[in-house]
Amino acid sequence: MTATQERPADEVEREIGRDRRRKEDQRLITGRTRWTDNITLPGMLHLAMVRSPFAHATITSIDTTAAKASTNVVAVLTGADFGDELGVCINAWAITTDQVTPTHSPMPSDRVSFAGEIVAVVVARTAAEARDAAELVDVEYDELPAALDLKQAAADEVLAHPDLGTNKSALWVFDSGEAGTGGNVEDAIAKARTDGIVIEREYRQQRLIPAFMEPRSVVVDPTGEQNTMWSATQIPHIVRFALAATTGVPESKIRVVAPDVGGGFGGKLQVTPEEWIAWAVGRRLGKPVKYTETRSESLLSAHHGRDQWQKLTLAAEKDGSVTGFKVELLADLGAYVAIVGGGVPVLGAFMFNSIYKFPAYHFACQTVLTNKTWTDAYRGAGRPEATYAIERIMDELAAEVGVDPLAIREKNWITHEEFPFTTVAGLEYDSGNYEAATARAKEMFGYDELRAEQMARRASGDTVQLGIGVSTFTEMCGLAPSRVLGQLNYGAGGWEHASVRMLATGKVEVITGASAHGQGHETAFSQIVADRLGVAFDDVEVLHGDTQVSHKGLDTYGSRSLVVGGEALVRAVDKVIEKARPIAAHLLEASVDDLEYSGGRFSVKGTDQGLAIGEIATAVFTAHNLPDDVEPSIDAEATYDPINFNYPHGTHLCAMEVDTETGAVKMRKYVCCDDIGNIINPLIVAGQVHGGLVQGIAQALWEEAVYDDAGTLVSGSFVDYLLPTAADTISFDVDHTTSPSTTNTLGTKGVGEAGTIASTPAVVNAVVDAVRHLGVNDIQMPCTPERVWKAINGPGSGGATEGAAMPHFESGGAAGNQEQPGTSSTEGAGA
Amino acid sequence: MIPAAFDYVAPTSVEAALAALAQYGDEAKIIAGGQSLLPVLRMRLNAPEWIIDLGKIESLRGIRDDGDAIVIGAMTPHSVVGSDSLVAEHAALISKAVEHLADAQVRHRGTFGGALAHADPAGDLGAPALALGAQFVIAGSGGTRTVAADDFFVDLFETAIGEDEILTEVRIPKHTGWGACYEKFVRVAHQWPIVAVAATVKVDGGTISEARVGLTNMGSTPLRARAVEEALAGQSLSEDVVRAAAEKAADGANPPSDLNGDADYRRHLATVLTRRAVVAATGG
Amino acid sequence: MTRISLNVDGASVSDDVEPRMLLVQYLRERLGKTGTVIGCDTSNCGACTVHLNGTSVKSCNVLAVQADGAEVTTIEGLAKDGKLHAVQESFRECHGLQCGFCTPGMIMQSVDLLKENPKPSEEEIRLGLEGNLCRCTGYHNIVRAVQHASGQAVNS
Repeated sequence: MTATQERPADEVEREIGRDRRRKEDQRLITGRTRWTDNITLPGMLHLAMVRSPFAHATITSIDTTAAKASTNVVAVLTGADFGDELGVCINAWAITTDQVTPTHSPMPSDRVSFAGEIVAVVVARTAAEARDAAELVDVEYDELPAALDLKQAAADEVLAHPDLGTNKSALWVFDSGEAGTGGNVEDAIAKARTDGIVIEREYRQQRLIPAFMEPRSVVVDPTGEQNTMWSATQIPHIVRFALAATTGVPESKIRVVAPDVGGGFGGKLQVTPEEWIAWAVGRRLGKPVKYTETRSESLLSAHHGRDQWQKLTLAAEKDGSVTGFKVELLADLGAYVAIVGGGVPVLGAFMFNSIYKFPAYHFACQTVLTNKTWTDAYRGAGRPEATYAIERIMDELAAEVGVDPLAIREKNWITHEEFPFTTVAGLEYDSGNYEAATARAKEMFGYDELRAEQMARRASGDTVQLGIGVSTFTEMCGLAPSRVLGQLNYGAGGWEHASVRMLATGKVEVITGASAHGQGHETAFSQIVADRLGVAFDDVEVLHGDTQVSHKGLDTYGSRSLVVGGEALVRAVDKVIEKARPIAAHLLEASVDDLEYSGGRFSVKGTDQGLAIGEIATAVFTAHNLPDDVEPSIDAEATYDPINFNYPHGTHLCAMEVDTETGAVKMRKYVCCDDIGNIINPLIVAGQVHGGLVQGIAQALWEEAVYDDAGTLVSGSFVDYLLPTAADTISFDVDHTTSPSTTNTLGTKGVGEAGTIASTPAVVNAVVDAVRHLGVNDIQMPCTPERVWKAINGPGSGGATEGAAMPHFESGGAAGNQEQPGTSSTEGAGA
Repeated sequence: MIPAAFDYVAPTSVEAALAALAQYGDEAKIIAGGQSLLPVLRMRLNAPEWIIDLGKIESLRGIRDDGDAIVIGAMTPHSVVGSDSLVAEHAALISKAVEHLADAQVRHRGTFGGALAHADPAGDLGAPALALGAQFVIAGSGGTRTVAADDFFVDLFETAIGEDEILTEVRIPKHTGWGACYEKFVRVAHQWPIVAVAATVKVDGGTISEARVGLTNMGSTPLRARAVEEALAGQSLSEDVVRAAAEKAADGANPPSDLNGDADYRRHLATVLTRRAVVAATGG
Repeated sequence: MTRISLNVDGASVSDDVEPRMLLVQYLRERLGKTGTVIGCDTSNCGACTVHLNGTSVKSCNVLAVQADGAEVTTIEGLAKDGKLHAVQESFRECHGLQCGFCTPGMIMQSVDLLKENPKPSEEEIRLGLEGNLCRCTGYHNIVRAVQHASGQAVNS
């Protein structure tokens, strides 16, 4: 006898909720990886791109003679060398029917519209020789005036695309009065101006760069009946569709594979000029080709994110009850309307009211073309911008009313008894409990103690002041109900597909249309299948990211994989069980009605007779003894289209120390309590939260894509585009409350973007809170020490970032002797 | 990411290296640890025809005690300098500056002489070398000469090292018993300093007998904050004295404006960091 | 072309290389050691970190010719006799990786860090990894992985 009670044999530990170590990791920690750039094919040629140094210019001539004459150069091609076979980069979401959308050739032959645009491609036997020859391509440009500043571009002073006649692409409007979801916001503001409070602010969402760690890479193999593209992409299925739609190659002739993909964060949710050019060149030459970008090329030409001006008007009664919220956005599209493009700010349109019961709401977004790198989804895509605006201005309201920022939120938020709740933006929030998450976060944070310390530091005039920032966020995720996307004029649906293959040996292959790039789908989806089907976790193999294996799918973005793709999986598994049921009954010589399925076995009620699902799979494989009219297969597939988004929420609390002498800010503590419904794998969830937090914190404190007056990206390397390191960040306190989602079987909500959406305003609110008593009510992001110091010591929110980089890697001007031998060097890139 | 093609030679003696320099002249660049040169080559900001690698010259490595000075071979890696007890005892300011120079990988590979010869005004070693009155031993075809720190840094990425010369070692006068602090101000850890202040101070019985203060990234070269040094020298140590002296930190400096801050902000930072560095160097 | 001979992950190798070839390119393109990856062109990211004669370096910042005669260990040579290195095991155990692209460099630098400082504090771990960028994990679990590998208590 042992002291512990033995578990009954049939009570297998549930996989869902278990902190399984990831299946993916073995190959990643040993270097047995399959990044696109690792692929080498016989006879493979290498591409190097010639890119425009100008933001806006007419191409007057391209002389490729010298490049073509170089050793081992196979071809040098320009846009003029291709016809329609080059295809175009598509915009899948015209947000209005009259949206102005410039044609986006992957390699224009007449005019370049941003610095970094490709004008020629060199093909050579080695990457080095391709690069060498690219230096020899002589392109002559006539420089055109460039539309750079977003506000100036919106005034149409200089045109990004002169032939379009305007930079204004689309104006998208939602008004609760017109939609019938609420009152008239102008009435609310007018009333508040007479007897209430009106807060007016303009916030800047700076331009960010997704900066996934794996630079993009593409390999095209045009040999074979199906031409194959391997690409470091989040969206193999969409790339395949778009290739077919724009190049005239039948979809059935195209195979797209996303092998191991090193991060995306929305940045690899794109159909790129580089992919399209590689495709056309490979097919033209009949040889496999590879292109891998450098980091500098990636920062320059992979799409950017955010970049908005947000004009906000909040109307409230004197006690802080909000009566209306008006949002007027300018959103910078860059030079082209990317695949989601103007849809990004529209995804935020429904979120500015956040967790609050606002009676009236008006949203208008003007998208604008400029001569800068195109913008598209970056982690959160529209929702971080919205959350920032509302959570910053709720703090301003609290300051105006003179109450704690949590109190102003509590006065306005939806209480847990009120779910499901239809918001002023027209969405139905299915579940949530803001009170519970906030209470837990406060407890973890030591809120009252930190407030007391803040008061003490203020009283003593400490040079280091303490601020506390609050962000009670929600988001809509799990893109998405196809019918909603259709109403929004999006070009595709939002369903997801899954199939389950029962192998003869009892092992299980699961195919998902989601396309992981670091999320851990192989592990989490195995857990779901193991539980639902009653098989061992290790017996499940999850396949994805190859259109030949996973023929149908809409890929991974918008925190959709689990809540949409996971639900498809559940339904496919259920179909397997139902297909197996009559076979089991036949083999067990029992009635279907007498069978029950549990723990991976069909058993005959009241007997010890039964068959495991694996045994049925084997019987189906031999097909020697099956019931009549039953096909010899228990494989199944399912396509799931959700009826609603889901709505994770949480309360994030941040304490920041501000050195008032230098403006330096330092994170002291960060606590979050997120409600993401039921959790499949807490380890993976924690990782998503941590990583999301740091990306959001980085927007608040460090990252900004800066252009100079000539339209050159100044923050064009990791020397100047500042990603935080381990030494710049802290450990986080993460917990959860659980209000299961009612819109999917598993009760789950998305978590991929939550941390990023929530953390940015928490940090900035904390920084502002630390110095509000010094007369500061805003600091523009990123809150650099210089901006913080200037905000403390003068009017305004800290001013613009200087458009100049430190010259560490310059080889210098003509005068310096740095060209001389003695200037050898050793100081490091990150000194 | 792929440098332009070049030829490569790795001489095993200083003489052979000088001969190679004489032969290839201005078509050559010397590589020491390569931690700044290789990024430049990878991004094709420079494309020399020859690379002369000093990595195989053993005589350029090592740290020795030479009476009133310690001598650091030009090819001594930062990681060795940073953990060296002689340096810690007699030139603590160098130890402190090296501790957070770049990152661990770069400190393993990058060299003391290479960093100084690169003469990036944002480099971490120039200001300490200036403050400590380092002497730079430079070999040429006619033998060696010694250049004082004040004369070594000429302009942005420009030093007194001639086209046909090689920096072989750096002599650092002993500052035994001096307090030291390197106050480095960055936004993220892997960044060059926006501004840094190198301070080393000798205090005798509550009186500052001598103070040396160097500034990083406050102009096109590392700078001495002489006004601060003069204001401190001979004063009895107090917060007010240090504060007043530090106010002069940016006197005569012409700092750059860039993404991380404009010139005015840098001037202000220099005063705050100088005060803190001197306070820390005097045991505050 | 210059002839180089070196030892990589325990095997003697010899090749003619162009002097401009970077060590990381030599590892990937000539030896097929694609476990070591390239994440940037300014030496900030550290993804290409390997051990050169026993200490960590960024292999994009070393010429292959400079590694002549050296001993190089990459992520692919870290496990011995089919047994993972403790740091590899800890990264899995503590979920110290997501997309895994920074992981080879992060693990190699962590191994070096622990060699120099077997019981680092959290701050020492964070500073010791300042030359390695990760975009997925927020570093939280990477710090824990290094703590775990060092045999110290891991913060929750």
